[in-house]
Amino acid sequence: MTPSIGSLPPKYRVTIDHDRCMLCGRCVVNCSYGVFRLDGDRVRTNSRVCTACHRCVAYCPRDAISIQERPLDYRTHPVWTRGVRESIYSQARTGKIVLAGMGNALDYPMIFDRLVLDACQVTNPSIDPLREPMELRTYLGKKPQRLELGTRGDGGVDLLTELAPNLCLETPIMIGHMSYGAISLNAQLAMARAVSGQGTFMGTGEGGLAEPLRPYQGHLIVQVASGRFGVDIDYLERGAAIEIKIGQGAKPGIGGHLPGEKVNALVSRTRMIPEGSDAISPAPHHDIYSIEDLAQLVRSLKEATGWKKPVFVKIAAVHNVAAIAAGIARSAADAVVVDGFRGGTGAAPRVFRDHVGIPVEAAVAAVDAKLRSQGIRNEVSVIASGGIRESTDVAKIIALGADAVYIGTAALVALGCRVCGSCYRGLCPWGIATQRQDLVDRLDPVAGGEQVGNLIHGWTLELAELMGAAGINSIESLRGNRDRLRSYMVDQALMDVLDVKSVGA
Amino acid sequence: MRTVVIDAAGMHYTPLNNLVREAVARGAERIVLENVLGQRFIANGVRGDVAIEVRGVPGGDLGMFMSGPRIEVFGNAEHAPGNTMDAGEIVVHGSAGDAVGHSMRGGRIFVEGAIGYRGGIHMKQYLEKHPVLVVGEYARAFLGEYMAGGTVLVLARHGGPAVEERGLGSGIHGGEIVLRGGLDPRYLGVGATTVPMDAGAMARVRPLVEAYCAHFGVDADPLLDDDYTRVVPASARPFADKYTWE
Amino acid sequence: MCGIIGVIDRGREVMDGSAIRRSLSLMNERGSGEGAGYVAYGVYPEFRDYFALHVFFDNLHETRPKVDALLHQWGRVVHDEEIPTRDTARLRKVHTPWRYFFKPDVRLMPRSTTPAEEIVTELVMRINTAIDGALVFSSGRNVGVFKAAGWPEEVADFYRIEEYEGHCWLAHNRYPTNTPGWWGGAHPFNLLDWSVVHNGEITSYGTNRRYIESFGYRCTMFTDTEVVAYLVDLLVRRHGLPAELAVTALAPPFWDEIDAMDDRRRRLHHALRLTYASAMMNGPFAIAVADQDSLVAFTDRSKLRPLVGAEAGDRLYVSSEEAAIRAMEPRLDRVFMPRAGEPIVGRCR
Repeated sequence: MTPSIGSLPPKYRVTIDHDRCMLCGRCVVNCSYGVFRLDGDRVRTNSRVCTACHRCVAYCPRDAISIQERPLDYRTHPVWTRGVRESIYSQARTGKIVLAGMGNALDYPMIFDRLVLDACQVTNPSIDPLREPMELRTYLGKKPQRLELGTRGDGGVDLLTELAPNLCLETPIMIGHMSYGAISLNAQLAMARAVSGQGTFMGTGEGGLAEPLRPYQGHLIVQVASGRFGVDIDYLERGAAIEIKIGQGAKPGIGGHLPGEKVNALVSRTRMIPEGSDAISPAPHHDIYSIEDLAQLVRSLKEATGWKKPVFVKIAAVHNVAAIAAGIARSAADAVVVDGFRGGTGAAPRVFRDHVGIPVEAAVAAVDAKLRSQGIRNEVSVIASGGIRESTDVAKIIALGADAVYIGTAALVALGCRVCGSCYRGLCPWGIATQRQDLVDRLDPVAGGEQVGNLIHGWTLELAELMGAAGINSIESLRGNRDRLRSYMVDQALMDVLDVKSVGA
Repeated sequence: MRTVVIDAAGMHYTPLNNLVREAVARGAERIVLENVLGQRFIANGVRGDVAIEVRGVPGGDLGMFMSGPRIEVFGNAEHAPGNTMDAGEIVVHGSAGDAVGHSMRGGRIFVEGAIGYRGGIHMKQYLEKHPVLVVGEYARAFLGEYMAGGTVLVLARHGGPAVEERGLGSGIHGGEIVLRGGLDPRYLGVGATTVPMDAGAMARVRPLVEAYCAHFGVDADPLLDDDYTRVVPASARPFADKYTWE
Repeated sequence: MCGIIGVIDRGREVMDGSAIRRSLSLMNERGSGEGAGYVAYGVYPEFRDYFALHVFFDNLHETRPKVDALLHQWGRVVHDEEIPTRDTARLRKVHTPWRYFFKPDVRLMPRSTTPAEEIVTELVMRINTAIDGALVFSSGRNVGVFKAAGWPEEVADFYRIEEYEGHCWLAHNRYPTNTPGWWGGAHPFNLLDWSVVHNGEITSYGTNRRYIESFGYRCTMFTDTEVVAYLVDLLVRRHGLPAELAVTALAPPFWDEIDAMDDRRRRLHHALRLTYASAMMNGPFAIAVADQDSLVAFTDRSKLRPLVGAEAGDRLYVSSEEAAIRAMEPRLDRVFMPRAGEPIVGRCR
């Protein structure tokens, strides 16, 4: 049988400016995909294997490399896009499900970019956050609706209510769960150093807690997912909090799959599965088929750890997210993580990545409103994740009702990631989404930790400035304060969901 | 000495200030305002060499933009006396509200008692202009905030610390704040630092203490014979490190 | 910028409204002639057991029957009448102020521990959201709010304020930015016993409103101050916090100050901030709150608005300006300025 589709146009064309090239060979060494080879007095390229990760560009001392995207495109057509056509070719050849990397790649409008923030003029003073107090401290966990107080003989008041344990964040920016296995140990180490330095937290992901991360465990949230990889009582006790992963915004409703080739010795030991074996996370937790089962798992985790740790529950933002979150809030869970459909992933079926779930902005607005309508918003924390790109996104999502955010892709970008979307290849030349030791070694956890720490610090400064300009000196007064947002060119139905007025209104 | 007495009872501040200006124009050396109650802007923008006595409780922005006169208040001053004042003197036999000496460019303010929040905020000096704020008792939070020059002196005569609230000298990038007694370092604002009280600083402070004591009939010796804490900018550009280019 | 003033006689000796009228007018520089109001406690001794509902009617014939019907459904009106007013040259009577003396039928709210208050709260929320042309602006027992769009002296003369006698008064001189000229937007804001006057702007209003509305309150006055009355009702009446702690919840210390407290206080303040995070008020404000027995005033935690307290014998005064207090009482025993977030509290003996 002769395939009748033939080769497709290349995605990228890599060219060398031979006048500038000094044949140093750095591109050859740096490209893990094998684009470059030294051929006598020339560097030659194989553009077909390029992913546009820009590692070569970053390390070429002479700026001799250029990468052109879509050097030859298909005939343009608004319906039959390149992506659509190439999926068909791929499936016609293989008869399989198409996998893709990173987050949602369809051209949906960004709600964040249709929301604008407020600032003070005259009727109240804006606050300069560097000179005046500005509080970003955020507590995540269960809170009482009211306090029981006792009066003492001397007229003083005693607190009788015992508060549930909360996580104390110095900034409402955390790093979300990216598992060891999906990303490298050095990437995890770098981020763990960053969150420890910035007084915040990161998730371990569902791949267990690698031993070298233990020094940072006070800033780590351990995850319990459907595969229960690396989960034992020691793991649970090491975490500052525990998160049950029900779903993921990049691929709601389905499980995950770490290919055996990524399961090296340390991954194997950390996940507690044999080396080289696939790590398969089922779509549901097979001990959770209903909300009361989830409540059981929350209580079980708390019981196992002596009720000393907050337990979060992460769900993908789906159509009925508000009601689901309210159900979770009425369990013993301390926080609901709402993961929007722009959340990143190493690999997800393209149809899920691009077509299932809803944006985090609408999801958080709906969850916050639902929890308020049930009078329980204050008792549980809401963490937003999936597509948080800059500090303004943080400010806007908090104003829409979140307590804090998880970032993912942004932290990886701070480590050098160019969002090439080839994480599933396991050849990440930046040492992030790979387990190949020579590639992992390229990522220095100390330098990387500083970069990610700088990012969180810079965002925190900007967040403080944005709040100060709005005359708000404490983050809890921004939370759910949708009066300080206006929408720009958003339709009425979405404005109603967001509970945000139009610009000028 | 030519004295003009004005009964301010029930009078709006504009006619009151018109009378003050007229009196100054006619060469009055001393103007006495009786029954002052809440009138703002007294001596607002008034120039010249004249002594103004305020009997009662004036309203806010006393002596704002004032350039030359000496005001003596027998009562408490309101919000922001000496606001953006240029030259002259304000002496308050009592306490004063928030933002005393706000953006003051020159002249001197003496408050017998305590002042409120944000005293001396953004005082600044330039060439021969050097504003001075002397407080007899204590100051609340954010004293000398954004301060760009001049001298703030707090004498802690009430027996407690001169400052025990946050944000002392936060954002200070010029001038000095001198406190009688010590300072808990946790009240020091961003960009401010303490340095030893050297002989030069004491030489600057001494005449201010003596002037305060002369105004309010207080013995200067016990005040002078004590330890002082000096707060100065850590840098003339305390926030330069905050930004990066796109 | 607005001006506030309040006074309480801790021995419950009554004062007529002429002195506070004078002192509020002294702060006209803080207002714009578009809103002023007074509240007095103890003004209806003959109806002391009845809730005095003050209502603005746009059109008596059209809307009053609806309010009458609702009240009769939920209890008994022992007396009602137009609130006596005086024609003044400059104050246009755009609403007819009316008062009902009402006793709710507590059997209709069997689950509540404070059924009468629950019913009145529910009626206030319902009338204000559902009956166009009717606005309840005062709903406590033996207390009355008198407010309108105008200068303080015009509003006082319109309502014949000098004819009322109370042991506790609050008054407010408004400079509106949002709803100029709307009578409902003038202060004081009242719910049940609570009355609030406020100078400043609450930048956390969106958060506070959504929080309080999740407990069944409805914000209908288009202004941030309203939420304070409901927050105080929730924290003090429904959650049982002492007034001082309610103020702490609304204007809490900064975290670094809480961190530096001794263990017992730190636990309490930590719990208050966590529990009442969404009740915390941000932005510049000075607020005075009164009920039958007490007067509490406080500022935001950075003290961005002025507040002065003073005492003369049994009387405790609070105001934006000392001069306004002296306009009521020239001979004061003590004048003081509270710290940021620190309440001035006056209680009747």
